Amino acid sequence: MSVHAAQPPLPSDDKRWRIVNGTMRRHGHARQALIETLHTVQELFGYLDEEALKFVAASLRVPLSQAYGVATFYHFFSLKPPAQHECHVCMGTACYIKGAAQLLARAEEVLGVKPGETTPNGTASLLAERCMGSCSLAPVTIFDGEVAREASAKQVQERLERWLAHDA
Amino acid sequence: MTLEELERIAAGTKNARAAGGHEVNVCLAAGCLSQHSDALKEALEKEARKASASCRVRGTGCMGLCSAGPLVSVEPGGVLYRNVKPEDAPAIVRSAGGEPLRRLQCSRDQAFFQRQVHIVTENSGKLDPEKIEEYIAADGYKGMIRALTEMTPAAVVQEISRSGLRGRGGAGYPTGLKWGTVAKTDSAVKYVVCNADEGDPGAFMDRSVLESDPQRVLEGMIIAGYAVGASRGYLYVRAEYPLALKRLETAIGEARQLGLLGINICGTAFSFDIEVRIGGGAYVCGEETALIASIEGKRGTPRPRPPYPAQSGIWGMPTLINNVETFASVPAIVRRGAEWYAALGTPKSKGTKVFALSGKVKNNGLIEVPMGMTLREIIFEIGGGVPEGRKFKAVQTGGPSGGCIPEQFLDRPVDYESLRELGSIMGSGGMVVMDDTSCMVNVARFFMEFCMAESCGKCIPCRAGTAQMHEMLTRICDGRATHKDLEMLISLCDMVGATSLCGLGQAAPNPVLSTLRYFQDEYLEHIEAKRCRAGVCECGAAAEVRA
Ligand SMILES: Cc1cc2nc3c(=O)[nH]c(=O)nc-3n(C[C@H](O)[C@H](O)[C@H](O)COP(=O)(O)O)c2cc1C
Ligand code: FES
Repeated sequence: MSVHAAQPPLPSDDKRWRIVNGTMRRHGHARQALIETLHTVQELFGYLDEEALKFVAASLRVPLSQAYGVATFYHFFSLKPPAQHECHVCMGTACYIKGAAQLLARAEEVLGVKPGETTPNGTASLLAERCMGSCSLAPVTIFDGEVAREASAKQVQERLERWLAHDA
Repeated sequence: MTLEELERIAAGTKNARAAGGHEVNVCLAAGCLSQHSDALKEALEKEARKASASCRVRGTGCMGLCSAGPLVSVEPGGVLYRNVKPEDAPAIVRSAGGEPLRRLQCSRDQAFFQRQVHIVTENSGKLDPEKIEEYIAADGYKGMIRALTEMTPAAVVQEISRSGLRGRGGAGYPTGLKWGTVAKTDSAVKYVVCNADEGDPGAFMDRSVLESDPQRVLEGMIIAGYAVGASRGYLYVRAEYPLALKRLETAIGEARQLGLLGINICGTAFSFDIEVRIGGGAYVCGEETALIASIEGKRGTPRPRPPYPAQSGIWGMPTLINNVETFASVPAIVRRGAEWYAALGTPKSKGTKVFALSGKVKNNGLIEVPMGMTLREIIFEIGGGVPEGRKFKAVQTGGPSGGCIPEQFLDRPVDYESLRELGSIMGSGGMVVMDDTSCMVNVARFFMEFCMAESCGKCIPCRAGTAQMHEMLTRICDGRATHKDLEMLISLCDMVGATSLCGLGQAAPNPVLSTLRYFQDEYLEHIEAKRCRAGVCECGAAAEVRA
């Protein structure tokens, strides 16, 4: 596979596209670099939009349908822009046994959304996770990347209400 | 790098550490880190700089008792401190080498520490995972050099076979046999893959090993590459483990720099390099054929076997896939010999197994025990039993592919065969303890929900069957089911187990079957009396309102 084959132009002069290109170049623009490249895009932009998928698919010469298929198959990729705040509630076995369902229910109530959804104004997303690998600290909740051990429903509520109040 | 050079590095590192005075070690693995052990380390460093006493602060891997974190140890002397806060830093530094601080001390005399045997975790919590010299000083890479310079590839395969090591990823396939199959294939290109997708909920063994002693996994993979004749390795790590990913990248860089990885390793004709691949958060990608598809950049859906990856894996080439813990067991086996390893464990399950102990048990954390220890010893001695005066109900092993084992079988030894006889599996090592506040029907439904959501949808029995079984279990939980539903559930278990394409669907009925086997009265209570004795399910009236 030639590196010099015509590559599509960068979607914009946003510097981050050059980093995306770097990932593809490192893999010789081989098709197998698709997942790696999408990880780079998601890391830089926070999500994969249509423009990004088209650009990556064209650069690696994979059908857009395949790029879309991969992007939707893996839970880690998101096709929507991230909310201002993210609340992850672990619903893995250890957390479930220690009452994670109540935490999730309380979070749904406070935010008024189901897991996987974002509040209408884009303030907060609620996510139910499989297992964060921190089962010793169960039930585990992650607020904007910060792990809260053995959280109570009340703590979850207070934290989320603070997010909502700030945005009001 | 020769053995002499390796020993020079080891000696230099040991001398420097001995001259540095007391060591105050802070766990920087994910559990403690999420409780800000990094800030704690900074506070300790600040104090150490002030103090007149000579002591050095180091960041290390997991010390095991995660539920008591952040953990700090002071060496030599083996003093361990629990739930340490930055405010405690001055007192800890002042007392290093003197009288231990009673109010923070965590006794090492308890069964949690005394009953364990460390092989895979022998360096965990003792060395800085981002310093290859420390791994080398702990006899790291000696096994690899021995293999590369004194043994033929066939002899390495033989050694692994004789050790009795079996795959730690769940199924327990004999590792030596798998290596032999790949070694015998006639192909110029072969691959070695380390499965670090660790998707079972309640399992964090691989995470801890990768964060605490990454070089060990690399060494195991290089030895495997030499034994089977591969020159390229992939480490497939789940994206949810950013710290493990970072430490692996550091470890690979360090190993390359010392010539332990790359072209002509240690001046031999053998070349091997490792690339990290990040998973995408799909449980099924832990299945070996799905994992291969994912490495090839595709959607991670499994395909029928045979052909097995050993014959046709990545790009159709022979591929050896083993779990993190399997690879992490290899360096010690090669270094200390198959006989030493095979002397541990039971006749058919040799060596040690790492378990992630969690749920309703006093000591949560990571443990390593010889195969054959009983469940009771693990849960009640090492784990300290069920807290808050509650009653033990079941222990779940094997994640969504496993089952729940009740009280009456707690004296069974833990090995591959006995757990299977009990209707569960060893699995990757998650052990979640449940007390009488858990409803076993609800737990079965919980796992079915997991399998339903994680089914890749490629084969119908799994895609549709898990959804149907989930619906039936929901009806039972809600008190809306009849005996007929239960009969249908049982026949669906048979069907889905027998006809699914991959292990996900084949094993999806296990949590249902095992809870039915031991807790059938709870199922019947939900159906007949519309009652949940644990008070978890909203049976009867409440459910009717919802439905
Ligand atoms: C649905 C499913 C998920 C799996 N997940 C993992 C996993 O997370 N880690 C792992 O090592 N093996 C997992 N396995 C087992 C692998 O397919 C494979 O048997 C294993 O990696 C082989 O390594 P071993 O022989 O060292 O155990 C999974 C299997 C199935 C069916
Ligand atoms: S089950 Fe929640 S962190 Fe493992």
